[in-house]
Amino acid sequence: MTTFRKPQSMTATQTHYCPGCTHGIIHRLVGEAIDELGIVGRTVGVAPVGCSVLAYHYFNLDMTVAAHGRAPAVATGLKRANPDSIVFTYQGDGDLASIGMAETVHAAARGENITVIFVNNAVYGMTGGQMAPTSLPGQTTQTSPYGRDSALCGFPVKVCEMLAQLDGPAYIARVAANSPKNVFAAKKAIERAFRNQIEGKGFSLVEVLSSCPTNWGMTPKDALGWIDSAMIPYYPLGVYKDTSRKGME
Amino acid sequence: MTEPILMKGNEALAEAAIQAGCRHYFGYPITPQTEIGAYLAKRMPEVGGVFLQAESEVAAIHMVYGASCAGKRAMTSSSSPGISLKSEGLSYLAGSDLPALVVNVQRAGPGLGGIQPSQSDYMQATRGGGHGDFRNIVLAPASVQEMATLTMRGFDLADQYRMTAMILADGTIGQMMEPVSLEPATPLNIAKPWALTGTQGKREKNVVTSLYLSPAELEEKNLTRFARYALVEQRETDFEAFCMDDAEICLVAYGISARVSRSAVSAAREKGIRAGMIRPITLWPFPADALRQEASHVKQFLSVELSMGQMIQDIELAVRCTRPVSLVSRVGGVIPTPQEVLRAIERAAEACA
Repeated sequence: MTTFRKPQSMTATQTHYCPGCTHGIIHRLVGEAIDELGIVGRTVGVAPVGCSVLAYHYFNLDMTVAAHGRAPAVATGLKRANPDSIVFTYQGDGDLASIGMAETVHAAARGENITVIFVNNAVYGMTGGQMAPTSLPGQTTQTSPYGRDSALCGFPVKVCEMLAQLDGPAYIARVAANSPKNVFAAKKAIERAFRNQIEGKGFSLVEVLSSCPTNWGMTPKDALGWIDSAMIPYYPLGVYKDTSRKGME
Repeated sequence: MTEPILMKGNEALAEAAIQAGCRHYFGYPITPQTEIGAYLAKRMPEVGGVFLQAESEVAAIHMVYGASCAGKRAMTSSSSPGISLKSEGLSYLAGSDLPALVVNVQRAGPGLGGIQPSQSDYMQATRGGGHGDFRNIVLAPASVQEMATLTMRGFDLADQYRMTAMILADGTIGQMMEPVSLEPATPLNIAKPWALTGTQGKREKNVVTSLYLSPAELEEKNLTRFARYALVEQRETDFEAFCMDDAEICLVAYGISARVSRSAVSAAREKGIRAGMIRPITLWPFPADALRQEASHVKQFLSVELSMGQMIQDIELAVRCTRPVSLVSRVGGVIPTPQEVLRAIERAAEACA
């Protein structure tokens, strides 16, 4: 018989996330991966600035919180200082793809042996729903009240497609947290991203398409549907780069 | 006693970091401190350390943040424009009570300014240099030898008080060559039970953060930090007094300005003028008590600095404006000659007579 338990790498603290937000699911997938790989005692996490700034309350791991966008640099310092640690960052789209783009691209280009969990919900959540670097064309936000106008604000950044062009990364994948099937796939990708680090394979990033019913102005159910109908067509799911399997086949 | 060797200031500083047990350097190239990176790029691999050229000054200081989180001695170095970029990291290091060593080999500003020596980052360094209430221990070397010894002391102080120690040098001290004795240091071995090394299943988790959403808790954090700063002020203030026993004219100068001022004081003494110098070795904490005591026999203070007048404010505060304090300065990368400073001493002596 299987009993549903809280992963050992997570605390019993109730999260502050809004109803219908998929951060909770993604946290759990990270916790399960860490538990199953047996690395609870040597994992160090880096929280970002954004909705998940308080992630260190929810993980039962050594953790720090980086300045906005700097998580990959902080993770680089942690990993280089103590290569035995398993170091991951957990970042949103504003943090990773806007203010922290330089840190993201260069950690990837260096092939830094860290794991990056990138939660893309196409909006700045914590500050109340502003346009993000990943907001879709036409998407209405607090700072694009008439819909994102590509003539004025350009186009969303496709992080996986961009990073996959680099020689540095070992593993780049995009998954979604909006259905049981997608959540299972997300779990596998996140586990691989951690396993790669354990095996010294280098930079691994998993982008997880996530919902923000509060700032999208939708019910939780409609928000999950919007991931399918609007986000996935723009941000196709899949593995964009995987050199980690070399020599394994 | 090790045999003195001829080294550039920047290189002496870099070797001293190795001697102090630093094995983690993160930096970005900028003149006039590039020798630090170049030296450590060669040297770190020899001692099993990490040299990493970061994508930016910003990234470099956050890498230092990460390595310091892991409990390791870590450093970055830059020059004025780069330190402005690092100011974000300085604030986060302070807010998270992390030790670090940051080097500023100052060049003239503002903006890109120039690449010649300057001391115009005094306020930025001694007031913290980022948002929020915080301080750095600011050490001001005036020789190649001090580039080495103050670097070693800086690492110890940073660990001891869990804060950033900043070496505030200038382009001249960084670039010039002098004999230096690199005594093997015995770094203070301070336990870091707060470090993020993974719980190893043996302890509660550690969290390093500067985020405190409860005002009461954040106030408490600030008060505790400032109580530690008070200890630093009490114990670590350092300066050199030169010809001060009977001085009526007191020059206050640090770094390259102190080298020039020393010559000017000696020349003034030959002319029978009772001049002397207080050379702050720590700029924060500033030797305010020493200056206040000297004010009992000093008639006039001269602040000799390569800025439009930054340290002069600390001197005025120290002597509570009970004595006149005048500024002797050149800026833009120009260094005054000893004759120029001597003329300022003579003018002061005439005014006092």
